[in-house]
Amino acid sequence: MLVHSRKGRWTAWLFFFVLFLPLFALPFLVVVMASFATHWSGAFPSHATFAHYRDVTHGDSLHALTTSLLTALAASLLALVIGTWAALAAERLRGAARRVLDGLFMLPVAVPSVVVGLSLLVAFSQPPFLLNGTARIVVLAHTVLVTAFAYQSVSAALSRLDPAYEQSAASLGARPATVLWRIRIPLLLPSLTAAAGLCFALSMGELSATMMLYPPDWVPLPVRIYGATSRGSLFEGAALAVVLMLTTLVVLLGMSRVRTRASYR
Amino acid sequence: MDPAADRTDTPQGAGIRFDRVTVAYGGTTVLDALDLTVEPGEVMALLGPSGSGKTTALRAVAGFVRPASGRVMIGGRDVTDLPPYKRGIGMVVQQYALFPHLRVDQNVAFGLKARRTPRGRIAARVTEALEMTGMAGYARRYPRELSGGQQQRVAIARALAIRPGVLLLDEPLSALDARLRSGMLAELSRLHRELPDVSILYVTHDQIEALTLADRIAVLDQARLQDCGTPHELYRTPRTEFTATFVGNANLLRVRAGEPGSVSLDATTLRVTAPDDASTGPAAGAEATLCVRPHALRITDAKATGPAAGSPEAAAVPGANILHGTVTDVQWRGHTHRLLVEAHGHELRADVGDLRQPPRVGDDVALTFDAEDGVLLPAGLAGGVPVG
Repeated sequence: MLVHSRKGRWTAWLFFFVLFLPLFALPFLVVVMASFATHWSGAFPSHATFAHYRDVTHGDSLHALTTSLLTALAASLLALVIGTWAALAAERLRGAARRVLDGLFMLPVAVPSVVVGLSLLVAFSQPPFLLNGTARIVVLAHTVLVTAFAYQSVSAALSRLDPAYEQSAASLGARPATVLWRIRIPLLLPSLTAAAGLCFALSMGELSATMMLYPPDWVPLPVRIYGATSRGSLFEGAALAVVLMLTTLVVLLGMSRVRTRASYR
Repeated sequence: MDPAADRTDTPQGAGIRFDRVTVAYGGTTVLDALDLTVEPGEVMALLGPSGSGKTTALRAVAGFVRPASGRVMIGGRDVTDLPPYKRGIGMVVQQYALFPHLRVDQNVAFGLKARRTPRGRIAARVTEALEMTGMAGYARRYPRELSGGQQQRVAIARALAIRPGVLLLDEPLSALDARLRSGMLAELSRLHRELPDVSILYVTHDQIEALTLADRIAVLDQARLQDCGTPHELYRTPRTEFTATFVGNANLLRVRAGEPGSVSLDATTLRVTAPDDASTGPAAGAEATLCVRPHALRITDAKATGPAAGSPEAAAVPGANILHGTVTDVQWRGHTHRLLVEAHGHELRADVGDLRQPPRVGDDVALTFDAEDGVLLPAGLAGGVPVG
């Protein structure tokens, strides 16, 4: 802490609580409170109930949760493989070629995700690439959207990796494939799990591209939350949102445990 | 399968040869037509300031830079176009580069596994390499649990485990503190006595390391080989001004050559050692450069004007060389005093030992040196010299 006087420190904390807590923490608190309520007309919700949670852990809502989990898992794994592969390939590129590849992977981030969704819809609605109406197009859209982040974080990690490791390994007689699998991938593991976690979280919350693509039998949780709230079932939507939040958090925590065990320095 | 790749050991007693090796990065020449031979079993130090091209030369042997022209040979085999993993060399770098996710024994075994050494032999070779470097008790540790000096030993063990014919050491001691460094220096020369067949290319900017360890030293500056010879040759009879100042921090005096064995500085005549080869010595009357080591200068009575006058030292050597000057700085270094003396338009560095009453700044002093400590540099060798 850079503020040394006791008074200054208190002022800084107060400033932090006044400015940031309402902005970041209160909305989550409100959602959590709403998820247990049936009415909210005064300052606080009333008629506490677990009914919403009973509902959302059954039937369509449960299906939506597994759909989201499966989609996010598939998309983040695919993104990790593609992003890592591309980052490893791009590492050797210099100048214009490198900038083109970087730009290409940035494109899905720069372009609004609605546009990404629409373009996939148009592109894959006709044979031979008829994916419209399948779960695969949702996974594909999520992969396209999150690969950019995987590519970027793996690229950044690669540029920080000391070339002395791979050179020492090569001088000891290790072929490039051995260097990759025995040295570079293990050293990148912390960054890879971080990238996977980021991709997973982004995919779990993706709505705008998904809205344009999801088939009736593959409804991810965010779409269901949107549907519930637009029907007016605010409290059910809140319960779904809490479930989405907790599931994502639990998975991210699990991944960060893997990461701490994988970081060596 | 490539027969070169699955050999477990490179032939012992392999030398290294640079054959006009030139390396350039984007138009900048970082190594200019290096010709150098490291004999089998020899320790060759590449000595030079940063940016002199010494590390580039080592990396060209390892295979991490590709020469723009010229060939690199290891043990008589042209390796210029071979990737690093087929060259069969051991390498130790400044920052050790131990694999942080592997234990010490796994680090040492890495090269053996990569070379597909039979499983049964790996354990024995790992133990052998760790014992050789005194790290056998640390086999199950991770690199992060070791001190800098211990990591260095593991890095050396890892390089030696594959029994390379050639060992490349890139500033291996520069990350260690001064005490550890002198200990590791002794350790390295012991290792070389135990492995007399391994040729070692040792890159350093530290002249002490080079003088201590090397059989021969190649001095590089500005991408070019400046000088090459045994430590004794380079120290006693440097052939270029760069060598004279970089190795041993010599004083260089602009003098006029007289008869062989004597030069004149202003009106003072000095007796010196001429280059062995008379033909390279400067012609009488020509400009020449005289090299005198700081520790070869002794202080004598300022009033002495010639031989047999004043101090016993001057009296003991008839025709002693006397340089008169004014002290501009005195630095006490424990075992010596470093005097800076303004004399004949030169600022001379003199390391004189054990002065009970050191001169003060502004005092007039007379410095003397023996004729054999004054070495004339060969004429016409301002740049690099052709050495084989």
